[in-house]
Amino acid sequence: MKEEEQGLTTKEKDENAARRGEQALREGDLPEEEERRLLEKTWGDKPGFWGWVTSTNHKSIGKRFIITAFVFFALGGILAALMRIQLARPENTFLGPDAYNQIFTMHGTTMMFLFAIPVMEAFGIYLVPLMVGTRNVAFPRLASFSYWIYLFGGITLYTFFILNIGPDMGWFSYVPLAGPEFSPGKRVDIWSQLINFTEISALCASIEIITTAFKMRAPGLSLNRVPIFVWAMVIMSFMVTFAMPAVMTSSLFLTLDRLVGTHFYNQAEGGDPLLWQHLFWFFGHPEVYIVFIPALGYVSSIIQTFSRRRVFGYTALVLSMIATGFIGFGLWVHHMFATGLPQLGSSFFTAASMMIAIPSGIQIFCWIATLWSGRPRFKTPLIFIIGFFFIFVLGGLTGIMQASVPLDLQVHDTFFVVAHFHYVLIGGSVFPLFAAFHYWFPKFTGRMLSESLGKLTFWLMFIGFNITFFPMHQLGLQGMPRRVYTYLPQMGWGNLNLIASAGAFVLTLGVLVFVVNVLKSRRGGAIAGDNPWGADTLEWGVSSPPPSYNFFRLPVVQGREALWVRTEDAPVVEGLRTDCREILVTKTLDAEPDHKLTLPHSAPWPLMMGLAATATFISSCFTPWALPGGMVLAAIALIGWGWPKKKDEVCEPPPVEEMSDEERKREAARAQ
Amino acid sequence: MKKVSSEQLAVSSERKAVKRLCCLLLTAHCLLLTSGCRGEQSVLNPAGPQAGHVSRLWWLMFYVEAGVFLLVCIAVLLAIFRRRRERKKSGDEPDTSPDPQREQRMTRVIMGAVGMTLVILFVFLIASFTTGRGLYSPSDSQALSIKITGHQWWWDVEYDAVPASNIVHTANEIHIPVGQLVKFRLTADDVIHSFWVPNLSGKKDLIPGHEIILEFQANSPGEFRGQCAEFCGYQHAHMGLTIIAEPPDKFYEWMNGQRTPAAQPANESEQRGQQVFLNSPCIMCHTIRGTDAGGRLAPELTHLASRKTIAASTLPNTRGHLGGWIINSQEIKPGNHMPPVPLSSEELQALLDYLGSLK
Repeated sequence: MKEEEQGLTTKEKDENAARRGEQALREGDLPEEEERRLLEKTWGDKPGFWGWVTSTNHKSIGKRFIITAFVFFALGGILAALMRIQLARPENTFLGPDAYNQIFTMHGTTMMFLFAIPVMEAFGIYLVPLMVGTRNVAFPRLASFSYWIYLFGGITLYTFFILNIGPDMGWFSYVPLAGPEFSPGKRVDIWSQLINFTEISALCASIEIITTAFKMRAPGLSLNRVPIFVWAMVIMSFMVTFAMPAVMTSSLFLTLDRLVGTHFYNQAEGGDPLLWQHLFWFFGHPEVYIVFIPALGYVSSIIQTFSRRRVFGYTALVLSMIATGFIGFGLWVHHMFATGLPQLGSSFFTAASMMIAIPSGIQIFCWIATLWSGRPRFKTPLIFIIGFFFIFVLGGLTGIMQASVPLDLQVHDTFFVVAHFHYVLIGGSVFPLFAAFHYWFPKFTGRMLSESLGKLTFWLMFIGFNITFFPMHQLGLQGMPRRVYTYLPQMGWGNLNLIASAGAFVLTLGVLVFVVNVLKSRRGGAIAGDNPWGADTLEWGVSSPPPSYNFFRLPVVQGREALWVRTEDAPVVEGLRTDCREILVTKTLDAEPDHKLTLPHSAPWPLMMGLAATATFISSCFTPWALPGGMVLAAIALIGWGWPKKKDEVCEPPPVEEMSDEERKREAARAQ
Repeated sequence: MKKVSSEQLAVSSERKAVKRLCCLLLTAHCLLLTSGCRGEQSVLNPAGPQAGHVSRLWWLMFYVEAGVFLLVCIAVLLAIFRRRRERKKSGDEPDTSPDPQREQRMTRVIMGAVGMTLVILFVFLIASFTTGRGLYSPSDSQALSIKITGHQWWWDVEYDAVPASNIVHTANEIHIPVGQLVKFRLTADDVIHSFWVPNLSGKKDLIPGHEIILEFQANSPGEFRGQCAEFCGYQHAHMGLTIIAEPPDKFYEWMNGQRTPAAQPANESEQRGQQVFLNSPCIMCHTIRGTDAGGRLAPELTHLASRKTIAASTLPNTRGHLGGWIINSQEIKPGNHMPPVPLSSEELQALLDYLGSLK
């Protein structure tokens, strides 16, 4: 009666009633426009700074992740440019050994831990929910926490670097050099805490991606129809979950050795420095596949779209990625051939390392076949992918050489290896990443990137890259070891180094053009529309940028190329609550609707948890008492995090097992 | 160069882009070939059987992989450029049900390519194992055995001998006899280093608490430079070593010379220099056999003047360089463990006279 007095419309009354838990508003209960407004209210961020900080929307988090990762990419690139200036001439005095060692350590650490892994996961967090047809990731607060802890980790590392306490023992941090005796001070401690930051962030994001991809796919999106991109993200996430604990253990041991005087790596007290290498590379080698496999997902998506045909050999491509993921865990010893391991054991790792060429080969052949029988459209993303073929194949071939123990003993730890892994990592990951960025930028922002600037970026990067890194093969064969801050003039390495340094500047120029392109197009680019490339995956079926709730109605997928095979009368899911964050959970294999679930609301607690963890990690560089102190802080944040939902946030449906048969049928009918 | 021209002929019928690519590759190849002919620290200029085996393996892999790379590049370029106009004109409508016959044909081609990949990998695997076996000859107990201990940032060298009084102890410069297999026992005292003389052999790490064996021989006399290959701190860049391969008679002559204690000062200045040495912090770390200096933390100096370089193959062993190094080695190798030694000019000249007499 009171509401009528206030002059509310029926719909508003319904909304209020729903909020009080009296009546549920479901999809279809309101006219479309009203419903969109309500969905936006339910799923959107609160306005202002507070809304920004507390957001748990996967798109806001994903975008932040991507931007932060590119900032770190730029920082890592600047460090690389400084190194190339130093090495341009023999006996150069631009950087001393102390600065150089810090810079090359920071370059490796930044590129691996603060750029490559996070940026791949960022694309996953942004795109996987859209591609599988759901409204958010499975654990939105965890996603938010994953971002904050990554950001704080990066800021911590760079703050200490600017204060001249940057790590200087290499990103691989070999003991005993990184141990308490040969690296006094706090430099190594900062590094090993950074590992904690990034590994926690990566583990959270991986669990997020696996759960979202397995349990939240739209009806009809059975596993054999899942886009290859999503497969790639899932495989990467599984690799992260199995590889990260190894580096977590190794850095924990290192911290204990340094902080409380244990002797895990001290050979004088029964420890062994080789233990570090095994633990580190058991993570370190899968790591390169962790950054490479998502790139395979980008390549497949982009080739499919721009060849205008379904990708050739879907099953072969997926199985190859899974095989790569498995074999990737059996190669770590090829980083340790020089440590005098038994020959028989080393032979096993030679065979395994060569074997990885088979799944990689299959994928390359399938893509060539797709291009061959398709109708390629030469847009910037596809051009980057073609660049990827040349660079990555060359890097892969030199990789096969290093699988051989005798040859590896010659080229190991020389510039040949530097050339090799930049060919596979820049060729295999960064080029596809740039392709992906040009490809999905319209979806992220609603604007197209400039094609001409995009092509210019490609050519500058492609030429600059090859000028920089090709001569390094030869430098390595001529005996130039890695990680040297200078070299003697009589070694005859001066000219090739000068060429490499010149190339680095062309490469930098390419990245600058890219930045200009992004800044210019973000506001002034052509309006993209929903599906500017005529692509097939579900994210292209919604507006650009997507609304906070992603899909007005969850789609029902009818085939592998969701949008290409969609019929006029395609069914949609109806019946999810619109007044609270309700999502549909489906079965792992065939994505049949299973039950509904309420996702949590926005909250500041992930940020608080991030701050608590940051305080703990930083102070544990100095005292072991940081741990109990940090536990108290974390407990406070976690209590807030897990605090029961307010009444107006709950929309608990009855659990499936409590539904009557009739209800279940109705739910199923709604979902179809 | 004959090979190059035939390869060029073979590709002349290909497309322009492909041709350009080939030229690039061939240029790269020529660069590699010519680079092998010079360089005292090069993988492609082997001077012994071990490095020779590896370099043959390298060229096998290089040629096969260059071929593979070329084929893949041609395939990619053809895939994107073939019947370009025709394909460009056809509509944008996505193809979700490709012609099954063509798909089947492509499957067959891909299976063939995967088969080829397998064969190539298998050949590489066998070649790699065979080369590996060639590097490890059955252990010869008569072989000359040298213990190398890595230090930040120099190499301690001991020639094993029985009785122990016959052990030759030196640093950074290793003499070996030509045509004989030499066994190196590698270990380290502080952090991990890696012993690498590319012209003679691949590298092996020096790890504290481990002893790793590396065997190789030089086929012809010469000087071969090596360098630490595992990052070991500040002066990793300046941790060089020299291997001098000599005919056996010359080598044993050198060895006998090294066994003798240091030469006695022959004149007043040298005597004064010896006094300077023995009264300065030098003796805390360095050894000169035949005097009271017995430190083991830094390179052995008993026959310093017979060595060609100082500071771990960083500077030629001349009076000027040695003087600069003693007064302030931190200028030359910042961060190294030798503190500056403040000496008056008269003391320094005398010390240099003395050190110069330690042939």
